[in-house]
Amino acid sequence: MNKRASWKQLLPTLGPGALWLFVFTLIPTLLIFYASFLQRDPHGWLGGPLTLENYRRFLGLTSEGFDPIYLRILGRSLLLGFVTTLVSVLIGYPFAFFIAGSPRKNLLLLLVVLPFWTNFLIRVYAWIVIFQRKGVLNALLGYLGFDPVMLYPSWTAVYVGTIYTYLPFLILPLYASVEKIDWTLLEAAYDLGAGRIQGFWHAIFPQTLPGLVAGVLLVFIPAVGTFVISDLLGAGKAILIGNVIQQQFGASRDWAFGSAAAFVLMAVVLTGLWLYARWAGERGMEELV
Amino acid sequence: MEQRKLFKGKRTRTPGGEIIVRLSGVRKRYDSDTLALDGVDLEVRAGEFFSLLGPSGCGKTTLLRILAGFEEPDAGRVEIAGNDMQGVPPYRRPVNLVFQNYALFPHMNVFDNIAFGLRMKRLAGDEIRARVGWALELVDIQGLERRRPHELSGGQRQRVALARALVNEPEVLLLDEPLGALDYKLRKQLQVELMNLQEELGLTFVYVTHDQEEALVMSDRIAVMRGGGIEQLGLPEALYERPASRFVAQFLGTSNLIPARSTGKREVETPLGRLRVGEDLVPGKDLTLSIRPEKLRLSRQESAAPNRVRARVDDIIYTGAENQYLLDASGFELVAYTLNSDIQEPGYEEFDYDEEVVVHLPEENLVVIHE
Repeated sequence: MNKRASWKQLLPTLGPGALWLFVFTLIPTLLIFYASFLQRDPHGWLGGPLTLENYRRFLGLTSEGFDPIYLRILGRSLLLGFVTTLVSVLIGYPFAFFIAGSPRKNLLLLLVVLPFWTNFLIRVYAWIVIFQRKGVLNALLGYLGFDPVMLYPSWTAVYVGTIYTYLPFLILPLYASVEKIDWTLLEAAYDLGAGRIQGFWHAIFPQTLPGLVAGVLLVFIPAVGTFVISDLLGAGKAILIGNVIQQQFGASRDWAFGSAAAFVLMAVVLTGLWLYARWAGERGMEELV
Repeated sequence: MEQRKLFKGKRTRTPGGEIIVRLSGVRKRYDSDTLALDGVDLEVRAGEFFSLLGPSGCGKTTLLRILAGFEEPDAGRVEIAGNDMQGVPPYRRPVNLVFQNYALFPHMNVFDNIAFGLRMKRLAGDEIRARVGWALELVDIQGLERRRPHELSGGQRQRVALARALVNEPEVLLLDEPLGALDYKLRKQLQVELMNLQEELGLTFVYVTHDQEEALVMSDRIAVMRGGGIEQLGLPEALYERPASRFVAQFLGTSNLIPARSTGKREVETPLGRLRVGEDLVPGKDLTLSIRPEKLRLSRQESAAPNRVRARVDDIIYTGAENQYLLDASGFELVAYTLNSDIQEPGYEEFDYDEEVVVHLPEENLVVIHE
């Protein structure tokens, strides 16, 4: 597209999307941002005056001294995001190649998408059925002569549930990239003296980067913010930043603090993305971001 | 005519180096019913511009991929620079390939593309810079080092692909229809540049093309391929002047193919009547005569000399440099080209639609094909 296209030319195509984003994303975000500087009034509504108290509380600066409980929860959520993303990449990367190279790729893709036909909550509950004390897993272990394991409720169950839920979001965009790979580039690399590992690294991996980056974002961002999986598979004892935010808007009815927590989470994720974009830009991969 | 001149210029050089590529009995079958190569024997000499010419599916690209190491032959032997290439992977072969669609690395700039092979060999940074600089100059694209492939024109990409291969100083440079994606003018220009480069550097080129004119212009020798085998191999002018089969006669240029039956030692019976030919024949055999359109002599003058036939001008195609006449010689169609030179002498006259002409088929230009 012509970079110098005028606003008038862009309006018919960009207009509806921009309006949508303005009304349903920008305005609500600004409202939350505003709310994060308000206070909970006695009726559980929002009231003035403007204050930084919510952010101080999140950072653990209370009147009784420094208590970084919310920072610890945020760290726990980020760790869950990282591990989920890493494991999804380790499983999903080879799997995307496996699908693309398989003669039954349509069937395999169907199997990847199949879980989406069932409600998300039911799929998470299914893990409870598997992991609970007298569940499917322990029945199988008992049959094989092993001791039962107590995986529900546990952090292990939360991790398994999160990886299980978000893995397809990594596989699908990655598969789209792998499917389009120009394999003659690999031949070119071999021809120029690259061995198998070098050939993959220089000719194939860069071609999968757009799909990999998209997949990583699609897994990392929702995994960091998840609250349903930790709530169900942790039986209310595994607290993540998502649970904190949900509690403030629900049971605790402190929308102001909930807004502040939501904003910190957003700021951390966006800063991460910005740093990544800068790093990628410096390495000459602008188009991959 | 300019093309002819270049080709005559090439002809003065006879490739006399040692044999650098030797194929013997190379067979390749992709699946049960497609035979890609059917026992190919071939020798390419060092310093030679060797072309593999043929229509798509003739096996020329398969042959090139076998030389590059991307395909293993089912049977036969491949030798490059004196070494058996059996089981040698592409990255250990002393050859480089210029890919049909260039296969430049899209995420690397021009410099990094060209430096790739040198980096794989772990050369020092200084030496890499020096050699990439040399290659950039060689193909005349200095100043484009920082560009990405998508910021280059087709011709520039072609040059980068060439530089990326040449910088490794391969024993043999393999080229897979490298000019196929370019427009006519640029193709002509790059043909000349490629020839000069090959000659100056004394490189060995194995060049795959389906463009017969390109092969004639550029090559020292050509192997015309068909159906997985070599149909005829030789100097460009030998293939053009003395095609050994109807296929070669028609694939390389245009030819009048006249069915004939030998009736005497140097005489054949054809739909055009009795004709004399320039070589000794065994009587009673079915043959084909081939004569190039530009070898036919048209005239208004009746003659009783042999190899003259009457014909009527059916159609005239004006191509600028030439007039192409479609002639009806008592029901048999002949094509004749005359030079559009405005000289009104025998052999250069212009004729009109429906005019009666006398066609002379010189016996020395009638090629006997034993098919």
